[in-house]
Amino acid sequence: MYLTLLSVDWFLLIEKAVLIAIIISVSLLVAMYETWGERKVAAFMQDRRGPNRAGPGGLFQPLADGLKLFMKEEIIPNSSSRFLFVLGPGLAMLTAMMTSAVVPWSSHFDLFGRHISLQIADINIGILYIFGVVSMGVYGIMIGGWASNNKFSLLAAIRGASQIISYELAMGLSIIALLMITGSLSLKDIVEQQQRAGHPYYVVYQPLGFLIFLICAFAECNRTPFDLSEAENELNFGYHQEYSSMKLGFYLFAEYVNMFISSAVMATLYWGGYDVPFLNDAAYAQTHSQNLLAIFQIISMFGKIVIFIFFFMWVRWTIPRFRYDQLMRLGWKILIPLAILNMLVTGFLVLLKQNHWHF
Amino acid sequence: MEPLTSRARAVDRKPMTLWEKMYLPAIAKGMSITFGHMFKKKPTVNYPEKTRPFSPVFRGLHVLNRDEQGRERCTACGLCAVACPAEAITMEGAERLPGEENLYREEKYAAKYEINMLRCIFCGLCEEACPKDAIYLSETFAPANYTRKGFIYGKEELLIPNPVTQPEEFAKAAGGRVRPADDSNGI
Repeated sequence: MYLTLLSVDWFLLIEKAVLIAIIISVSLLVAMYETWGERKVAAFMQDRRGPNRAGPGGLFQPLADGLKLFMKEEIIPNSSSRFLFVLGPGLAMLTAMMTSAVVPWSSHFDLFGRHISLQIADINIGILYIFGVVSMGVYGIMIGGWASNNKFSLLAAIRGASQIISYELAMGLSIIALLMITGSLSLKDIVEQQQRAGHPYYVVYQPLGFLIFLICAFAECNRTPFDLSEAENELNFGYHQEYSSMKLGFYLFAEYVNMFISSAVMATLYWGGYDVPFLNDAAYAQTHSQNLLAIFQIISMFGKIVIFIFFFMWVRWTIPRFRYDQLMRLGWKILIPLAILNMLVTGFLVLLKQNHWHF
Repeated sequence: MEPLTSRARAVDRKPMTLWEKMYLPAIAKGMSITFGHMFKKKPTVNYPEKTRPFSPVFRGLHVLNRDEQGRERCTACGLCAVACPAEAITMEGAERLPGEENLYREEKYAAKYEINMLRCIFCGLCEEACPKDAIYLSETFAPANYTRKGFIYGKEELLIPNPVTQPEEFAKAAGGRVRPADDSNGI
């Protein structure tokens, strides 16, 4: 018994714990600066300057906002169900954070004679894991809206839930087409396939699939034009109307973390993940050091993520919100048939290729 | 009916074509517009660091003027109070005593001179009425205050700094507004 205990690779546990700590703090940091970036992008697109008082270029603004949220009075309505009321934002935050576990941030470091992979868990059902966790995120919205015991919150929660369920279908179907090509559910495998020299990113094979995935990602993140669950002018504040202080902060943060993670997932699935563009990664690791390459790959990954985050914001400040029936029509009558069509065509072509282009 | 302007356009009620139904081209067009706005010049003025200059005819807070030897010009004649349409000016005259010739320019002076800035409409008629160039409107405006009483400005607030003892403060308060003294011995 002692022998089995000793045989556990303790360094692996430490390594993973450190990695988890780093990734969670980076996610939170990115989420913080997304709020700053959002305000700056909004301002620039509206010919304003945006926050520029706290620190150079307003860089300390998120700290001030966070401090404000912590200092606010915490109100739990008497009529709410207390346990669920507290559970809601916690669940939203938890699911937002959990998704990052399977995203490969870079290849690996060779440090202290160890092979340190920069992915918390390379599970062979990575995409399914993401889908499972993301769909749990709707419980954060649903429980929060329900526990608030307020008709606006409840309406918003129901809207959010039905929206996420509708768009998850199209998202899943668009992914199936991708999986037919990759033949693997592991995100690391998918990146490594795109990394091979001369192999284009999967967005080239799946432009329609990427578009559907992108639209659905907007819907899953509750971002404009799909932010019906927090439509200010219709539902006051949506599902987090009764929330205050850091519980509200958790909901807002969870949304920004979701945006960060879905950008990472889109980059990984369709845009080569941590692959450095215009560079043969394997050859570079041979001629130079693997550690240097891993750092470049992290930079490349974050560059892609930042571009996607900017795109999220860009769309938010361009397109007005959908009406509810338009939202449902787009989801069920347009995206799902398109995704099925995409899936069928892809399947046909994959079969044809396996048959060496003979009918 | 004839259209009144050349800008009238008939509303197109034709059903949307497939291209229009796809929305994506329209979205791309909208996004290019918002992206273009990112690089436009911002009309915002960074206020506390940068202020926009007032126009040369701006009428702000009143200043009671002194002559080049630092003597008060006001003789408490009351013409400004008569001219004031808002009846914001109150004053009390007093006679200059021997030995005060370096303080007051003429035999009579304003012992009390008050302007209620809440009543004042900053029309500048007092400036026009003054025969002694003793009052004029500067380029500053009344700062906020906690009480109504705080807005009744007396001589301490209104008098310009002495040009002999405090030339810098005088120049700052005058701000190019004070006309050069052409009448050293009075009118």
